[in-house]
Amino acid sequence: MSQDKATLDAKTVAKIAHLARIKVPAEEQEHLAGELNKLLDWVEQLGEVDTDGVEPMTSVAAQTLRRRADVVTDGGYPDKVVSNATDAAEHFFSVPKVVE
Amino acid sequence: MTNLTHLSMSDALAGLKAKDFTALELTNAYIAAVEAARPLNAFITETPDIALEQAKASDARYAAGTNLPLDGMPLGIKDLFCTKGVLTTAASHILDGFKPEYESTITENLFRDGVVMLGKLNLDEFAMGSANITSYYGPVLNPWTGKDPAGADRKLVPGGSSGGSAASVSGRFAIAATGTDTGGSIRQPASFTGIVGLKPTYGRCSRWGTIAFASSLDQAGPMTRTVRDAALMLQSMAGFDPKDSTSVDMKVPDFLASLTGDIRGLRVGIPKEYRVDGMPAEIERVWSQGIEWLKAAGATPVEVSLPHTKYALATYYVVAPAECSSNLARYDGVRFGLRVEGKDLAEMYENTRGQGFGKEVRRRILIGTYVLSAGYYDAYYLKAQKVRARIAEDFAKAFEQCDILLTPTAPSTAFAIGEKQDDPIAMYLNDVFTVPASLAGLPGMSVPAGLAYDGLPLGLQLIGRPFDEETMLRVADVIEKAAGPQPLPPYCR
Repeated sequence: MSQDKATLDAKTVAKIAHLARIKVPAEEQEHLAGELNKLLDWVEQLGEVDTDGVEPMTSVAAQTLRRRADVVTDGGYPDKVVSNATDAAEHFFSVPKVVE
Repeated sequence: MTNLTHLSMSDALAGLKAKDFTALELTNAYIAAVEAARPLNAFITETPDIALEQAKASDARYAAGTNLPLDGMPLGIKDLFCTKGVLTTAASHILDGFKPEYESTITENLFRDGVVMLGKLNLDEFAMGSANITSYYGPVLNPWTGKDPAGADRKLVPGGSSGGSAASVSGRFAIAATGTDTGGSIRQPASFTGIVGLKPTYGRCSRWGTIAFASSLDQAGPMTRTVRDAALMLQSMAGFDPKDSTSVDMKVPDFLASLTGDIRGLRVGIPKEYRVDGMPAEIERVWSQGIEWLKAAGATPVEVSLPHTKYALATYYVVAPAECSSNLARYDGVRFGLRVEGKDLAEMYENTRGQGFGKEVRRRILIGTYVLSAGYYDAYYLKAQKVRARIAEDFAKAFEQCDILLTPTAPSTAFAIGEKQDDPIAMYLNDVFTVPASLAGLPGMSVPAGLAYDGLPLGLQLIGRPFDEETMLRVADVIEKAAGPQPLPPYCR
């Protein structure tokens, strides 16, 4: 694990923040990098555990996902669907212009 | 007349059936109690009008003899459950003004059984926290208060994330409350406020309509004043729901019937790794007391080993943020909640999420994004999933030697508001005893076990086999009886 370890700097924080689509003001990036590094250092301890041949656990439920017939079971109420939108016009969600 | 708000749910139900009082009288008493408790900041939204209407309908059913299992019980609902037409915030700025068009399965089940809703309870933002101090709506105060060395009152946290739920049940301004538990969010606040908190087996209660934090861990459960009430409320909450793909399709047992008081011959596992360094002597004392109680009732303590316990927190703080970063991607300012404009779509997203999320939520989304990003996925996320498998395996092995596990719920009593706030890892350590069972998906429960020397409540945790809430409740009932009547918090005296 340790060979993959990278130390996060303010630049990396800015990159992750962009990936997560969260604006982090430049003056907070340095401090945040410190916090995140501390957390990552702490989770480094997982490297001590022998996990050779262990299957990663993705779910606690030992079951296969249920399936159902591929048919429409719901819908027909566009008013409700857009009722919580800040900016909805004629049953559409409006966003800032994307295509010039 | 008896103080209506001091009755347990079972006693209140008996009183309503005997026509000692009406559902409307009970609800009015609670509405007054909720108003009086505003300084504790436990509710984000009070819904007295809905409560009164539901109470009147309840009285009509009692009069007609068609009363339901929980008819007329005034409950608080954690503000993580979507409630149709009622503001639902997850204690986050980003859900400003969100009124769901649908009802969560949990609240729907409770309403089906006659419950009255007093309002929506405060919590840590998106259920991320262990002290209820990350809420956009401000911290919740514990009805229990402490003394500083000079003898002045200290305001304490109620624990978290279900802090409003715990405070309202402990402070006698909700007869019971719903909670959710991802890494200890029902059990730890239950211990901090001297109430019963039960996290069912993952899959027992539907997650549908509950705002998601970490989907492989989230589970709803009851927070009540007695073990009997927990059994009653779980009966209503539990059950198969086709709308939740991880809801388990199995019969819900009769939980009340499990409270037989007979635990003779039961093997109670005592995990040696839960004796952590620096654990206060008080915790050790309460734990030993619990072992003695169960022995006196005919159970046999067995020392067991859960060797990967010390890695549970670090595992959790990779897995939970990873899942949260994915789940919280939906808050984009487009379909619901807060929108902060920007010059283009990307900037609108970034501004909305930058202003909408609090510091702890932001930290977890960023960590989650990082551990899932190219180049780090295997080193962090995949590794954590493998260690999680090891932790689950530890429990499976332990349950070959015992029927139930007994541990402390939390490593301390409630602490003061402001403590541990600057160090995330110190805050995370609150969940050291609750996180392992969450990772393994096992049922866990905190039962009040008396007061520590500092005069504050402490809970004992029971961890059961998968889908064996019955044994857990049976043992909890024995502990409750052995511990005897618990004192009221200073707020109620």
